[in-house]
Amino acid sequence: MNRLVDRRLSGKNRSAVNRQRFLRRFKSQIRKAAAEAVSGRKVADLERGEKISIPSKDLSEPMFHHGPGGRRNIVLPGNREFVSGDRVDRPEGGGGGKGGGGSPDGEGMDEFVFELSKEEFMDYFFQDLALPDLVKKQLAAVPEVKRARAGFVSQGNPSSLHVVRSMKQAIGRRMAMAAGPRDALREAEDALEALVTQGLGASPEADELREEIEALKARIAAVPFIDTWDLRYANRVDQPTPSSQAVMFCLLDVSGSMDEDRKNIAKRFFMLLYLFLTKSYERIDVVFIRHHTVAKEVDEEEFFASRESGGTVVSSALELMHDIILERYPSANWNIYAAQASDGDNWENDSPRCRELLLQSILPLAQYFAYVEIEAEEPQSLWHEYERVKAASPRFAMQRILTLEDIYPVFRELFRKKVA
Amino acid sequence: MEPEMESAAPPVAERQPLSEGSEWTFELLDLYDREIARVAAHYGLDTYPNQIEVITSEQMIDAYSSVGMPVGYHHWSYGKQFLSTQKSYKRGQMGLAYEIVINSSPCIAYLMEENTMTMQALVIAHAAYGHNSFFKGNYLFRTWTDAEGILDYLVFARNFIADCEQRHGEVAVEELLDSCHALMSLGVDRYKRPAKLSMVKEQARQLEREAYLQSQVNDLWRTLPAKQAAGNEKQAARFPSEPQENLLYFIEKNAPRLEPWQREIVRIVRKIAQYFYPQRQTQVMNEGWATFWHYTLLNHLYEEGKLTDGFMMEFLQSHTNVVYQPPYNSRFYSGINPYALGFSMFQDLRRICEHPTEEDRRWFPELAGSDWVKSLDFAMRNFKDESFVAQYLSPKLIRDLKLFAMVDDDQDDKLEVTAIHDDAGYRTVRQLLADQYNLGNREPNIQVYQVDVFGDRSLTLRHYMHDRRPLGESTPEMLRHVARLWGYTVRIESVDQDGESRLVATSEG
Repeated sequence: MNRLVDRRLSGKNRSAVNRQRFLRRFKSQIRKAAAEAVSGRKVADLERGEKISIPSKDLSEPMFHHGPGGRRNIVLPGNREFVSGDRVDRPEGGGGGKGGGGSPDGEGMDEFVFELSKEEFMDYFFQDLALPDLVKKQLAAVPEVKRARAGFVSQGNPSSLHVVRSMKQAIGRRMAMAAGPRDALREAEDALEALVTQGLGASPEADELREEIEALKARIAAVPFIDTWDLRYANRVDQPTPSSQAVMFCLLDVSGSMDEDRKNIAKRFFMLLYLFLTKSYERIDVVFIRHHTVAKEVDEEEFFASRESGGTVVSSALELMHDIILERYPSANWNIYAAQASDGDNWENDSPRCRELLLQSILPLAQYFAYVEIEAEEPQSLWHEYERVKAASPRFAMQRILTLEDIYPVFRELFRKKVA
Repeated sequence: MEPEMESAAPPVAERQPLSEGSEWTFELLDLYDREIARVAAHYGLDTYPNQIEVITSEQMIDAYSSVGMPVGYHHWSYGKQFLSTQKSYKRGQMGLAYEIVINSSPCIAYLMEENTMTMQALVIAHAAYGHNSFFKGNYLFRTWTDAEGILDYLVFARNFIADCEQRHGEVAVEELLDSCHALMSLGVDRYKRPAKLSMVKEQARQLEREAYLQSQVNDLWRTLPAKQAAGNEKQAARFPSEPQENLLYFIEKNAPRLEPWQREIVRIVRKIAQYFYPQRQTQVMNEGWATFWHYTLLNHLYEEGKLTDGFMMEFLQSHTNVVYQPPYNSRFYSGINPYALGFSMFQDLRRICEHPTEEDRRWFPELAGSDWVKSLDFAMRNFKDESFVAQYLSPKLIRDLKLFAMVDDDQDDKLEVTAIHDDAGYRTVRQLLADQYNLGNREPNIQVYQVDVFGDRSLTLRHYMHDRRPLGESTPEMLRHVARLWGYTVRIESVDQDGESRLVATSEG
């Protein structure tokens, strides 16, 4: 009559559809929360899920219910001091404990918090950036793997059978299995020979020895030439293809005109480059250089944090970058990428120097140099000089950015290379 | 008072435990199940056949989020439920140990693979014998639910709704479901007895089609040409002729602009609401009954020497957690714990039967000294929370739980204690606690009052106020849901004790 069923293997993600429905319904709120989360993250810290919280009143499921007021009787447990007729003050928040179940959401919880998976989070991150689907796929995909040899194993499929190894094993096993009988055989043969030399070749002992020799020979012959135990298979494991290293330089103008919004756009720009690099390289160093009239290498906190006043000398940052490359990142071992964000302001006489620096010293060493000008009023000297750099080098990309969607074109060349 | 009962259990003899240690295996589950079934039969528990399913914690979260339906249609609200359950489980705020059990035949109970043998046995006793026998025996479940047919119906519902999504788009279906879910608590018949639910599905289908055809020619639709002539009988021909309590039923049958598939979805939500309605009315009894039986059954096995001391320690620890009732001023207090109240009441009933005091004899003359198994069975079969508390809450239990009643009146600047656990207060406390379990008091009483058949087809709902309690702030939003289903303007009025009505909100269709 009773049945015991093991359901553990059947259908796991029965709620997956409902979860997707939920995410779709609250897309805009989640997107907003995800955008906030991005600002709170480090450049190199994109590939994990995120805890998202949305105001729970936005997603309540309404019911008809009573409001405060009127006359209510409440029965409560745990009386200690009251007697009939006592009058007490209303507790804060009205009504004391309510007998009923209350709303299923649990009233009083202001935020509905849940986890987005890494993929879902990346999806929201990409949505703002207007990336083409193909690119999204490349970025979000698990890095491709190549099969690499990793020794030998005793189990595998026939196609990876390793003949030489198997035969070696077989020899070893045959020797080991036949060793005992062989010793015995040798002894018996010696004994027989001794008997024969003594002229006792026809004695019963000699016959016995002969029989024993026959038996031992048969036993040795019965040791199998090859056995399943001998079989060895070539082992192969998945190894992620990117196997080289890269360094990414983030150059940020922190002069007075770069406000929070602009920095936020710059941050997305750096993040995207970083993300792209993670798909191609195993190890990535990130170097943060901020500059106004002088440049300085800083850690990430400081990089986005403070703002300084004063003019702008872009070449100072480029020089510092060049120095760092020479010192720490010999270009034979490192792939060098740079992303520069600025509002376009530069000291007039410095711009030609920037062009020279780029063309002569930096671009020959670097893989790619991307420049964005964020919410600039109108192109200034730096822009014009950079346009000349762009004409001269295919490794240079530049873009004026007003909204987040404008970031992607900067990377178009990079991605195109990848696709090809 | 039942000598065979007592002597039937063998003396505490040599211990021969069913198992040692906390690991479970399928063989052990089977063994425990058979032992518990044997003891349950000994106490005369009548159950549906059991189907005990072992599942992973993820599957348990799935089961939680589909509000206990083994087969559910898709809706974002279940996704929301899933996310919050998953989160609190991952953070360890919530154990998933306790049961989910489906009121169906066979009765499906879930066991989580992470649990120890003790917890599995506890859940088997609690769900597969406690709840199961309650589902089979209690009059509300017998009247309102069809354990044999529910799984088929849920499968039908899921397929139908998936089909509608394909045909009419997910958004359209989702909006409709949102509105129906909002009105779910008004989608049940409270007073009317249902026609026997075990009708063959096809038959129901056919009746429904007829009803729909009928609605094509009902009063709502017949009015246009007769407008002039009808002028003088406007007042006489009110529609509906009597106020209707089942809002979803009214909408399903009468909403002018719903298409047939939409009516069918309204009907599905209504049916499911009706299926769960007995559970909402019997929470204390149902949990109390199941808790009482897991406690009784496992103790019986222990006395037979089939359980180890370690088993009992672990069992008693979770049992005690479940039946803990924090006092009203504790920060853990969140209402009266139905497990605690229900368990104490059934324990107390048994005590009254077996060892009545003089007080019990006065309060429960026909109960004191009766066969406890029969008396408990009677109580389980014929009551719901409200009447169960009104009938059986004893003075002793009121004292044990130190129950007291307060009145919160907005015309008074203080709360007043109206009754405590003393001679003068027992009856008041008992009556007020029973009222607290009356769903009719807990939820606003809202009825379909009138459709303006001859005019703009607007629908008027009436909220009959109880103790001057007004509607909550969700009312305008709720009206939008009603209006979405009705298709024309919807109004709601509150009627106070003196019969004065006052417009609360309006929503244009």
